Amino acid sequence: MNSPAGAHGVQGVHPDGAASLAVVDLVAGYGEVLALAGVTITADAATITAVLGANGAGKTTLLRAISGMVRPRGGRVLLDGADRAGRGPEDMARAGVAHVPEGQGVIAELTVEENLRIGMMSWPGIAWRRADRAAALAEAYERFSVLADRRRKLAGTLSGGERQMLVIARALVARPRVLLLDEPSLGLAPRVMTQVMDMVVRLSRESGITVVLVEQNARGALAIADRGVVLNLGRVVAAADAKALAADVALRHHYLGF
Amino acid sequence: MVEFLQFTLSGISFGMIYAAIALSLVLIWRGTRLLNFAQGGMAMFTTYVAYEVIRHTGSYWAGFAVALAAGVVLGAVAELAVIRPTLGKPEFNAVIITIGLLIFIEGLAGILYGGQYRSFPAAFSVIGLRAGSTPLGVSRFDVFVAVAVLAAALLLGIGFRYTSAGLRMRAAAFNTTIARLSGIRVARVITVGWALAGLLGALAGVLVSPSTFLYPNSMDSIFVFGFTAAVIGGLDSPAGAVVGGLLLGVALSYAGGYLGSQGSDLTALVALGILVVVLMFRPDGIFSGARVRRV
Repeated sequence: MNSPAGAHGVQGVHPDGAASLAVVDLVAGYGEVLALAGVTITADAATITAVLGANGAGKTTLLRAISGMVRPRGGRVLLDGADRAGRGPEDMARAGVAHVPEGQGVIAELTVEENLRIGMMSWPGIAWRRADRAAALAEAYERFSVLADRRRKLAGTLSGGERQMLVIARALVARPRVLLLDEPSLGLAPRVMTQVMDMVVRLSRESGITVVLVEQNARGALAIADRGVVLNLGRVVAAADAKALAADVALRHHYLGF
Repeated sequence: MVEFLQFTLSGISFGMIYAAIALSLVLIWRGTRLLNFAQGGMAMFTTYVAYEVIRHTGSYWAGFAVALAAGVVLGAVAELAVIRPTLGKPEFNAVIITIGLLIFIEGLAGILYGGQYRSFPAAFSVIGLRAGSTPLGVSRFDVFVAVAVLAAALLLGIGFRYTSAGLRMRAAAFNTTIARLSGIRVARVITVGWALAGLLGALAGVLVSPSTFLYPNSMDSIFVFGFTAAVIGGLDSPAGAVVGGLLLGVALSYAGGYLGSQGSDLTALVALGILVVVLMFRPDGIFSGARVRRV
């Protein structure tokens, strides 16, 4: 796509380029409950990492600790090698980490376009011109034509699949370096789920975004992921190439249920 | 018929003041789910500031401008100094703190100025306007009151709807989690909300004080009516606050006008009656139904 916006607006890429993400010995919890008991995970730049495990394994807490929604009690969160553990979610968003929490991605009371514009709030102020903003919106509408037709509608009127598209479009508008997705396929029809998964792959491949994907649907997640990590009771019990994990029958039966 | 027109017009004028207070309450409620009981007290205090400036400079408009600026500062300082520390604590703490703030501000005004009623000047003539020989029941100043509040409300509405800062405020109000995850500094947005609320309160203070006189408790009843107006409109809706204020102002004006001398004593009861009726049919306020609820 020929962006009129110059170097900043091209293909949804963050000006600093792709970034690797690593968490080292991450400890986090709520009150007396320890949800993460020393988790270490590495995600190379522009790859998809699937985080799998049963309910209560600590998957959601892992994402929340990375994005700053939960303050880690120990360990490090490395974005391109720089430790950012303990920063608030506003700062993490501005550093290029986009977190889409489970099932609450859109602001129903705002229009589709306003939801997309919220994606730009993490942009560093002076680096982006008005033309960049218009270009980012145009790009999102080009990829998600269903949103273009509904740009003046309230997000609350969208279907579940359209909402998930809106959330991913907003993530694209934010031009993140790292995208944390919590159960993006939850409650979606199988066909829509496939579309969402395809979109995640395209985001990673075309825009060089590092994706960390938490999924109940382990089979679907491993099919698109480069790496897979299995959590159980707040610890990593397996970490390997996605293909290797999917081929490990014993592990699948024990932790993943397929 | 002439009476009806007079009561309606003067009701609109007073209703706009209730609307300003209601709007200031809505601004804070939307951002923090907190009712600021000190709003009236803060407005009273900024009116004393205007009173001092007018006394020393002789310029009404200097006092007017300084009062609004003082409202902005007082709102922001109150949020940063006493409300921010209650973040993450039980919600009731902040409510108690706003009541404490009210008592503090009214006490301070009492220490500085005593309890006596002081007259506060109006920007324009308070002599009733006439259409031909028919008195309209409103003065030039009443018109100014309505125009000033309407302008403030419209500016706010336009700012909310069409500016990036307004979008940040709405996003933070509707969904704090998404707002923060999108890089919006919600804490800063809340401070701005308090500052704007302080400004609106200060506006209401200088506009109402020519008719109520100025004393440490002078805004108490105005606050109660403003609060009632905000609840009638649905605490979440700025447009609802304005409509609620107008509705209440006009209704109270009819009560005071048609019920004679008993009418003005009954205003509180009439306000309560309207509140009960509205909440019976629309438990979330008049303007709640228009919005799509989060699923």
